[in-house]
Amino acid sequence: MDPGTWDLIWRNLWPMLAATVTKTLPLTAISFALGLVLALFVALARISPIRPLSLLARGYISVIRGTPLLVQLFIVFYALPQLNIVIDPFPSAVIAFTLNVGGYAAEVVRAAILSIPKGQWEAAQTIGMGYPTTLRRVILPQAARTAVPPLSNTLISLVKDTSLASTILVTELLRVAQLAAAPTFDFFALYGVAAVYYWVICLLLSSGQVRLETRLERYVAR
Amino acid sequence: MTDLLTARGLEKAFGGLQVLRDVSFEVPAGTVTAVIGPSGSGKTTVLRTLNALDRADAGVITIGDLSVDFARDVDRATLTRFRMQSGMVFQSHNLFPHMTVLQNVIEGPVIVQKRPKDEAIADARRLLEQVGLAEKADQYPFQLSGGQQQRVGIARALALAPKLMLFDEPTSALDPELVGDVLRVIKDLANQGWTMVIVTHEIRFAQQVADQVLFLDGGVVVESGPPAQVLTEPTEARTRQFLERILNPI
Repeated sequence: MDPGTWDLIWRNLWPMLAATVTKTLPLTAISFALGLVLALFVALARISPIRPLSLLARGYISVIRGTPLLVQLFIVFYALPQLNIVIDPFPSAVIAFTLNVGGYAAEVVRAAILSIPKGQWEAAQTIGMGYPTTLRRVILPQAARTAVPPLSNTLISLVKDTSLASTILVTELLRVAQLAAAPTFDFFALYGVAAVYYWVICLLLSSGQVRLETRLERYVAR
Repeated sequence: MTDLLTARGLEKAFGGLQVLRDVSFEVPAGTVTAVIGPSGSGKTTVLRTLNALDRADAGVITIGDLSVDFARDVDRATLTRFRMQSGMVFQSHNLFPHMTVLQNVIEGPVIVQKRPKDEAIADARRLLEQVGLAEKADQYPFQLSGGQQQRVGIARALALAPKLMLFDEPTSALDPELVGDVLRVIKDLANQGWTMVIVTHEIRFAQQVADQVLFLDGGVVVESGPPAQVLTEPTEARTRQFLERILNPI
């Protein structure tokens, strides 16, 4: 590689890291947190005996999973302005990613809740717990154990999917790499660096997942 | 003796299947009632209606001063109050696996009854002592034997200071050598004057502990009375056949 390329990489290591810290990571963290909350409610609606509620949840999940994330981003950022709803790039991305995570994670949360034996609900009932308390104290702590591996998948996918936000003018990691590479067409070098950055984030998350799983396994017979 | 529990005309159907038909009985305060009968007779369902785990389609259940008519709509607050009248011990203990033994026992008092935690812990330790598990307080349920788990289940139910204890085949899921420990704890409770309803297959235990035996078959109370009568000189042919089968299985 010619020395100019090394120099280019060197000069962009910091701006790309800055974009990661100020855009990619917050976008991931906020969307994932909000998406999980949304997913919990969608999952509860989906397993609710109230039929319209459950149908609504089903419809939502179906639409989210049945359409490309890129289209969802474009609808929020490029289509909504036609209805005079104009949202800045970053919040647009947060909205689209939250809705997306909400749809996917809802199915994970639903399966995890359903994996808890009926006897746990009954035991909670007999000691006087209502529905919200039973969920919070008895069901969700146990469901978490089942949900962590698939939710980690969702999170790791999300980290990489945030690169799509570059298409709606969010200057996140990939966008910075693109802009830096454009003048010299040195795509290999800068996209390579971006790839390494994404990979490192995912490695860290994976190790976090392992630790969390170990913690949640402590009350299970081996 | 005054009745602590009376059940009048309990009816329950699951789908099209009528499981209880006009079941009525009373349990005087401080006495033990054993409910026996073949599988599918509705004995577990009777017990579950007493705690509204299964809501009776019709019938009135009175526990202490609270009377609930299940033919009508029951509001949530009444239902919760009704449930808190009795403590339930399940066949498969249903302990909370993610909580230690002590946490299992204080969960109801602290989270539901909002009692001060140190007070609840002191009470819980006393109860664990009583069921012989004081030294297991900080273990998780999976670290205990089946019999120990069941005794924690008993302590958990007692911790809410119910008026009445309900046991759903408390020893059916246990290895034979562990049955004795659990039955001893139940017997202790009987001696302390607890009012209890026990669904059981342990005929000898029923004979020793129960003041009253209900024999259920096909969702009806076929025969009831003191164990000396129902278990040794049953008047109904169905009771005789059942006891014959269970006492001489081969």
